[in-house]
Amino acid sequence: MDFLTLLQVLDSTVRLATPLLLACLAGLFSERAGVFDIGLEGKMLAAAFFSAAIAAITGDVWMGLGAGIAASLALSIVHGLASITFRGNQLISGVAINFLAAGLTVLIAQDWFSQGGRTPSLIGQGRFGPITLPGAEALSGVPVLGPIYAELISGHSILVYIAFLTVPLTWWLLFRTRFGLRLRAVGEAPEAVDTAGVSVVTLRYVAVGICGILCGIAGAYLATALQAGFVKDMTAGRGFIALAALIFAKWRPWYALYACLLFGLLQAVALRYQNIDLGAFVVPVQFMDALPYILTVVILAGFVGKAIPPRAGGEPYVKER
Amino acid sequence: MSTAVAEESEIDVTQVASAIELKGISKAFGPVQANKNISISVKPGTIHGIIGENGAGKSTLMSILYGFYKADSGEIFIHGKKTEIPDSQAAIRAGIGMVFQHFKLVQNFTVLENVILGAEDGPLLRPSLNKARGVLKQLAEEYELNVDPDAIVENLSVGHQQRVEILKALYRQADILILDEPTGVLTPAEADHLFRILDNLRAEGKTIILITHKLREIMNATDTVSVMRRGEMTATVKTSETNPERLAEMMVGRKVLLHIDKQPAQPKDPVLEVENLRLIDDKGVERLKGISFHVRAGEILGIAGVAGNGQSDLMHVLGGYANATGSVRVKGQEIDLTGAHSDGQSRRARGIAHVPEDRHREGLIMPFSAWENMIFGYHRDPAIQSGPLMNNAAIKAEAAAKMDRFDVRPPNPKLAARNFSGGNQQKIVLAREIERNPDILLVGQPTRGVDIGAIEFIHQQIVRLRDEGKAILLVSVELDEILSLSDRIAVMFDGQIMGERLPEETNEKELGLLMAGITDTDSAKMPEAPMAFSEDDLQEVAENAESSHPEPVTETETETGETAEADPIEAQDDTEAAEPAEEAAHLEKAAQDDAPVEEISTPSAEAPEPEDVPQTDVPAPEEKKPVESVSIGGFSATIQQGAPSAVTANTKPKEEQDTEAAPQQPVFKSRARPNKEGDKDG
Repeated sequence: MDFLTLLQVLDSTVRLATPLLLACLAGLFSERAGVFDIGLEGKMLAAAFFSAAIAAITGDVWMGLGAGIAASLALSIVHGLASITFRGNQLISGVAINFLAAGLTVLIAQDWFSQGGRTPSLIGQGRFGPITLPGAEALSGVPVLGPIYAELISGHSILVYIAFLTVPLTWWLLFRTRFGLRLRAVGEAPEAVDTAGVSVVTLRYVAVGICGILCGIAGAYLATALQAGFVKDMTAGRGFIALAALIFAKWRPWYALYACLLFGLLQAVALRYQNIDLGAFVVPVQFMDALPYILTVVILAGFVGKAIPPRAGGEPYVKER
Repeated sequence: MSTAVAEESEIDVTQVASAIELKGISKAFGPVQANKNISISVKPGTIHGIIGENGAGKSTLMSILYGFYKADSGEIFIHGKKTEIPDSQAAIRAGIGMVFQHFKLVQNFTVLENVILGAEDGPLLRPSLNKARGVLKQLAEEYELNVDPDAIVENLSVGHQQRVEILKALYRQADILILDEPTGVLTPAEADHLFRILDNLRAEGKTIILITHKLREIMNATDTVSVMRRGEMTATVKTSETNPERLAEMMVGRKVLLHIDKQPAQPKDPVLEVENLRLIDDKGVERLKGISFHVRAGEILGIAGVAGNGQSDLMHVLGGYANATGSVRVKGQEIDLTGAHSDGQSRRARGIAHVPEDRHREGLIMPFSAWENMIFGYHRDPAIQSGPLMNNAAIKAEAAAKMDRFDVRPPNPKLAARNFSGGNQQKIVLAREIERNPDILLVGQPTRGVDIGAIEFIHQQIVRLRDEGKAILLVSVELDEILSLSDRIAVMFDGQIMGERLPEETNEKELGLLMAGITDTDSAKMPEAPMAFSEDDLQEVAENAESSHPEPVTETETETGETAEADPIEAQDDTEAAEPAEEAAHLEKAAQDDAPVEEISTPSAEAPEPEDVPQTDVPAPEEKKPVESVSIGGFSATIQQGAPSAVTANTKPKEEQDTEAAPQQPVFKSRARPNKEGDKDG
């Protein structure tokens, strides 16, 4: 494998890790606040469809992004109502959101565009294009560092940079600010927050709202940057992989980045090498495609270390003496 | 309102507004009236006790004060100013701090983070954390509230966690501190330290409301005490002018026998012999480290210890639901500790009855009815089978008869177990186990969450069983209970039995040290400066021992401010040497005085103690307070009245004569209300 191939695989890793990372951080906010969210998948899907649809109709990708975020946020509020206000079961609410999104997106797509449940292909301003960072051209002649800068770091869409900047921002917010302290506390011991005179409900809604926004960006990225339009079930389980990454990362932002990059790398390798010839036998492409999902199962089954979720996670808060 | 008039006239006299005044507070939950027209006034700079049985409405009242509930009617005055408390934030603003029975701490946060949570100064944490660090240091010096600010809360002992709760309140500048059942989870040493802290706080002019159902704490710590019964405030009296029997009577509404009427044991042959019992749990932790003891027919062996030192595991092994190695013999015959015949059924077949420590999880199936619960464990008894089916009619009839004999209220076998109060639930379990006529009764925490009236009954039943010649193994974290019921006492610490004592030859202090893993030989071997080993150090050790992984005894925390009032261990040894004899004398005298049933015993011994007792150890020695000794539950406790800053006894005209018959406190006829909450304090 030559250097350029390696760079291309890593470049692909970054692009594939981005939606995972955004969804993973979305889940991190929600679950750190004590609201388990297995509806990441559904929210991403809804965001993907609405961003693609609005971008296709208006021809403006930013409108599309806004629509995607709005759709995801709406589903977040549904989840919040069910699990915070009405103290329902958070898992069931999440499952319902996944089904709802899977069905509604295709139905509306068919109704609006009549293209078999997909949106028209996005062109021009309807997509997020790659951004060439300043100096990428000039530096490309420099050995090693030049190609790394030009290929790997430069040339992604704006959403990729947003996703990666969200990591330090999340860390800072969680561990250096009053909001973060309260958010973490509400996921661990909501009664402590309540007796301290801070509203548990407000905090959790804010967390779920942030989750919705990040999921919205993730979905919009899928449909308007990674690909050019919405197709049925295009999230392909990325929401669940993001959840696995979140557990793998033990609900910590920097580790979430590493976990998502790992999953991204696996996907990139599967995309790049269809059949890997190891000499003795050939690893079939199906296995490579399945690898991220297999890893997800392994992680969720708890084989990788002991991950302790936020203590109040999954439990609606009921005030008691 | 007549109360208001009374208050005003009092203000004229003392010129001090009440720190808290409640007027006519009522609160109902559906048909249940939790608080009925409650009026109370708490003087600033005092410790005011609120005592009452489970479900009397103490916690509801305090929750109203802390903004958790909104009262249906009534007014709250803080320092004479009418105050609305719609939420906790408002309570905090009004200067009220609350230490809940179940701590409201974030377990994986540091102490500092917990303290600032909700009281941060700005959007960034760092300035708040730095400020809190300084404030905590200052508070630690002022009030003996030492806690490592950077420690993670879950690594702290329960006593230290409670200090964090107090610090949280003080950091919010609370000057009224409410403590809800603060000593339920503490070792005796930790409880002593807590009361020293409260004394310090009172000396600084803070007002403290202490909610408890423990009469002794009320007598030891408070200046004034209010009694609640069935949602009503039945009386407010000065602590110095009442006694435990009187308070108990006001709590329960009838005369209560506080001490257990029991003859000396007539032990016979050993029935239960345990040798070198070892248990290693799933995580590989050795829970029982080679335990040996025996229980003879006709005696009660009490096992004392702080919760989590192996008592539960011992009960599980003997009860047949944990495997162990070693040898257990029942009437000389070995029983199976690991094999197929090591389960509850086989144990019962061998004559071992078991009243588990946790009746909610191990003793009862809460949603099932009382009659169903009363047959579990004995449901294979051929006597109640009819063919392949169970003879439910017979079982129900038997259950009804047992409930009648054990005075279970309401006597309805069809009611689900969870709908009985804690005391009645415990009676159901006891009835099931005792009435099968076992040879051995294992009984764990028989009176946890049980009200006074039921405690009396349960203790009588246990003693009755002993007198019938049964062997009884009693596990309890309540030292009072151990001391008053047991014929012999074994103390467990860290999976071992630290020693055996006779109740008449020991005292709380000695047992407290044993519970912390300190035997006499240990303290003699202390490597660092044994002679200067202060009582506080010992106490720290005791508190450290509380943590889940008991530390070696030699490890003591050095805490600033505590070394100041150290007495040499020699002096303490002298005290200990002097005490047992005197203690025993009290005991005998008390036993004679209290012997007749249905008679309130007045303080029997009024001997001045030569040494001050640790729990009311005030820093200023020149202020010698009146000390008296009262017998409670068969042993004597030393009580110090008054406080350094408290108003002297005779200057206050208030609340002296107003016990139950207080004219300004309207007393409504109480409706009996079913305790739906089980053990939870209402």
